[in-house]
Amino acid sequence: MQDIIRQLEEKRAQAREGGGRKRIEAQHAKGKLTARERLLLLLDPGSFEEWDMFVEHDCTDFGMAEQKVAGDGVVTGYGTINGRPVFVFSQDFTVFGGSLSASHAKKICKVMDTAMKVGAPVIGLNDSGGARIQEGVDSLAGYAEVFQRNVMASGVVPQISVIMGPCAGGAVYSPAMTDFIFMVKDSSYMFVTGPDVVKTVTQEVVTQEQLGGAITHTTKSSVADNAYENDLEALAQTRRLFDFMPLSNREKPPVRESWDPITRQEASLDTLVPPNPNKPYDMKELIEKVVDEGDFFEIQPNYAKNIITGLARIGGQTVGIVANQPMVLAGCLDIDSSRKGARFVRFCDCYDIPIVTFVDVPGFLPGTAQEYGGIIKHGAKLLFAYAEATTPKVTVITRKAYGGAYDVMASKHLRGDLNYAWPTAEIAVMGPKGAVEIIFRGEIGDADKIAARTEEYRQKFANPFVAGHRGFIDDVIMPHNTRYRIARSLALLRDKKLENPWKKHDNIPL
Amino acid sequence: MSKKLFDKILIANRGEIACRVIKTCRRLGIRTVAVYSDADDGALHMRMADEAVHIGAAAAAESYLVIEKIVAACKKTGAQAVHPGYGFLSENRAFAAALKEAGIAFIGPNPEAIYAMGDKIESKKLASKAGVSTVPGYLGAIASTDEAVKIATDIGFPVMIKASAGGGGKGMRIARSADEVAQGFSSATNEAKNSFGDDRVFIEKYIEQPRHIEIQVLGDKHGNVIFLHERECSIQRRHQKVIEEAPSPFLDAKTRKAMGEQAVALAKTVSYDSAGTVEFIVGPDRSFYFLEMNTRLQVEHPVTELITGIDLVEQMIRVAAGETLAIKQDDVKLDGWAVEARIYAEDPLRGFLPSTGRLVRWRTAPESDVIRNDTGVVEGSEISMFYDPMISKLCSYGKDRETAVSTLSAALDETWIAGIGHNVNFLSAVLDHPRFRAGNISTNFIAEEWPNGFGGTELPEERRNAVLAIAVLVHIRNELRARHLGGKLGLPEWQPPADWIAFLSGSEFPLTVSDAEGGCDIRLKKGKALKVRSAWKPGEAFFRGSVNGQPLVARVAGRPDGLRIVHGGAELDIAVRTPQAAELARLMPEKLPPDMSKYLLCPMPGLVVSISVAEGEAVKAGQALAVVEAMKMENVLRAERDGTVKKVNAKKGDSLAVDQVILEFA
Repeated sequence: MQDIIRQLEEKRAQAREGGGRKRIEAQHAKGKLTARERLLLLLDPGSFEEWDMFVEHDCTDFGMAEQKVAGDGVVTGYGTINGRPVFVFSQDFTVFGGSLSASHAKKICKVMDTAMKVGAPVIGLNDSGGARIQEGVDSLAGYAEVFQRNVMASGVVPQISVIMGPCAGGAVYSPAMTDFIFMVKDSSYMFVTGPDVVKTVTQEVVTQEQLGGAITHTTKSSVADNAYENDLEALAQTRRLFDFMPLSNREKPPVRESWDPITRQEASLDTLVPPNPNKPYDMKELIEKVVDEGDFFEIQPNYAKNIITGLARIGGQTVGIVANQPMVLAGCLDIDSSRKGARFVRFCDCYDIPIVTFVDVPGFLPGTAQEYGGIIKHGAKLLFAYAEATTPKVTVITRKAYGGAYDVMASKHLRGDLNYAWPTAEIAVMGPKGAVEIIFRGEIGDADKIAARTEEYRQKFANPFVAGHRGFIDDVIMPHNTRYRIARSLALLRDKKLENPWKKHDNIPL
Repeated sequence: MSKKLFDKILIANRGEIACRVIKTCRRLGIRTVAVYSDADDGALHMRMADEAVHIGAAAAAESYLVIEKIVAACKKTGAQAVHPGYGFLSENRAFAAALKEAGIAFIGPNPEAIYAMGDKIESKKLASKAGVSTVPGYLGAIASTDEAVKIATDIGFPVMIKASAGGGGKGMRIARSADEVAQGFSSATNEAKNSFGDDRVFIEKYIEQPRHIEIQVLGDKHGNVIFLHERECSIQRRHQKVIEEAPSPFLDAKTRKAMGEQAVALAKTVSYDSAGTVEFIVGPDRSFYFLEMNTRLQVEHPVTELITGIDLVEQMIRVAAGETLAIKQDDVKLDGWAVEARIYAEDPLRGFLPSTGRLVRWRTAPESDVIRNDTGVVEGSEISMFYDPMISKLCSYGKDRETAVSTLSAALDETWIAGIGHNVNFLSAVLDHPRFRAGNISTNFIAEEWPNGFGGTELPEERRNAVLAIAVLVHIRNELRARHLGGKLGLPEWQPPADWIAFLSGSEFPLTVSDAEGGCDIRLKKGKALKVRSAWKPGEAFFRGSVNGQPLVARVAGRPDGLRIVHGGAELDIAVRTPQAAELARLMPEKLPPDMSKYLLCPMPGLVVSISVAEGEAVKAGQALAVVEAMKMENVLRAERDGTVKKVNAKKGDSLAVDQVILEFA
């Protein structure tokens, strides 16, 4: 037995060395940590249990039989984040460039299968050159096995991907199907085809960073959610995000102890909405003053900024926040913001995270770019997402709620549980000026008459009463009380029961 | 005092001074009327007053400065008297006269006194006549070098030779001996001739390391005038007062008395019948010279009120109503020390450029026996571009200077302003400066200590260590809280380890931590033990507690990988790491902040409403460059840093796509 233990220690030591000292130094020189170092930072100290450390590939072609490294380019297992279990895989770029072999894929599949079984999230740290080309179709099969599991796990256990190096070709589709993607600036990139192929096919000259860097994907493509300066930050923020989430769809989101009283009033919110309806204000101030401790984890902060999405806590309980941002494009809905909002709403609903919606929306963005781009179907995604969601929905209209966009933003009609309005709310088909120009088309030449009509329309609709008369809003609340009113609503809705009719699945307009 | 005071007073001002006057009126049972412009609709002063009258557009010239509108507002509301505050119409003789004509009392001095003291030459003449010392000098033309030397010798060295037509330091020479006068006279004359085409120069006494010390006077309509001691206002930035205190750390009883008596003598020559201030320049030898007299309530009057216990606004109201001063000179006490810091919406890191916008956060130490906060804004107020960007006059009171300064410094640590730029960190840096603490100040203090502007401050070692200790306690408590989420595996409870390394701007501080009642004991590998105690709980914006028994307040905020702690005017980014995490952190590359390109990009598709700069124009950080309208909303695009406009690519009326280049910088 002593001999076996000695051999075991040797094998472990060899596995821990990965691709060897030289490759580890090369990894560090690129500003990147190794697969194991990353897990040290991601997981609670001493909590990681590594599985399949002794797995090796079975390939014999192209001299691969002589090149075997214990672990085969990916470190897998489970550990804890603040005491809660999480399954992890961390690709090791120092071993075969982190390339995915059949054995490598099997290791990932094993942790995913177990995660599904026990109901714990999966975090993947991606740093891989792509398929193990020597293995050919075996490698492709490996990808597909992972893809299938990503899809099966979607909505069952949260999945987070952190891109910390290359992630190209077929490899991109695994993270693409997870709930959140974080990237590390300057050292990670994702693309289906790299700059060389792009140049050959389309004559476009583009760098890796431009084509698929962290900035590209968090500002232009929206493939990634958030970008961080380095491995350290990305992993610290992954821990922070993890703390908001339930372990699976079988349990409620976690509650964090908080000393921030739910009765906290914020007098300054009474002056947040400027007297001039055409003046923007920063919706983030409202979010930060309403949620516990001002602690807001924004998702996709640099993409489609006309809508704000993110996670926070109220009374210690995790909530998803969706809010129009009047500072950008007046907070209108367009293709990008509808898609961004819809995906976030559906994430929250998967895990029964209550959704708090702050509404100040002047409508959908007009124009050929939007219509040709399919705003009808993209806008419908957000509508669909809100309408199908059965998680608690609390809505506060702060100012404009115009037209179809009013309906979309978690209105009463889409089964909003509690719908509030500030005294500054204006719920109407459109702004007074536009409305008058249609209703009183015949009087357009007469500026005085139009002004009088506009004022009449404003008097009638630029307030929360019309909607209030009809029960479309449950109450008009004072801005300074917003936190307390939302907190009470969420407490009330904690055990809400609502089920959609049985169906195989719905047919959201993708 | 049988005569009744006024029933209703109108305050012809805005902001903190209007609020301050209203407070005294309330105490005296006098009803108040506020006036407000479009920009001040809903402002604090308007809400505090019993009545409010709208007086016009935002620009002061169309509202607060329009005499007829104020008089009309008085008539409309039946106000019997007007308090003008400071600035605006407070030293306007026509205003005082218009009120007189309308039969409304002006809570300020008689119009003749305003006029006499408003004229620089006239006031100096009056001062000389009243036996007030003025800066010795020779204002006539000087014909020759010999004459210059003679005059200088008569005045006494050092002297300043100045071009009569001068300005900006040109043609200015300081001479400390006869030789230097001879030399300086010819070169100043030449320079004056070349620069201004006028070679006339004059000579006056040069006061080195001058201090600005002013005497508060108070008079009534019955010929009584008293002085309420001095205020020292030497801490100035480009003639704008920053910190004021009373008394002055420099004056002795004899000088105080001499200055006070001269100030009273001057006030009496103009039958001064209200609160006023006589400003002096004081040399290192305590020689003092008259500068000018301000015929109004001074911004920094609270420090005088704190040490004398006299409400100056109340006294102004009483004397305006014709009462005889109830306070005799011998009754004026000088009790303790008071310091005032002017909190302004101006960003020291951006060349003190005024910053306007919404006060997203505005919190400070609560008012008490030792803290006074004269402010006209609350959290959520707007700092408008139309008026003085003052947020507050934060004052402290203590038994001595050391106590008062420390109290104010601590109050600044409790101050949290967000949404706009502000000078709180700069004020902290001044108050904590050893030279300031020693009272070794002059009007050159800021220029000497921060010759290249204020670029942030560094804490002395002991205080920096205290902040490190705070960071460690905060970090460990955050970690402990995070481990209290539900859904855990049944593993042993996490115990914070003993060894940590704090990272602070490139430096590492290895330390060990042990649990202690109410906090923890920290030992820096290089340094003393730090006993940090606090009831701070995760999520609280302010740490309140003590380090080694020393009470301490600091603001705590999170960063993607660590904490930001704001204390003593410094903002420290600290990450507290385990030795293992520290080892990995050292592998992270140092990233230079990205070059924020030389372009102003259109942040959204929209219509150009205006471009406010031209090609070749130099712009300051924060300056408005263009206005773009999108979805019927106007968005002001501002310069991120100082620069020069190289090219303008868009014009009014252009329709722009997102990220389209509006301007290029050189």
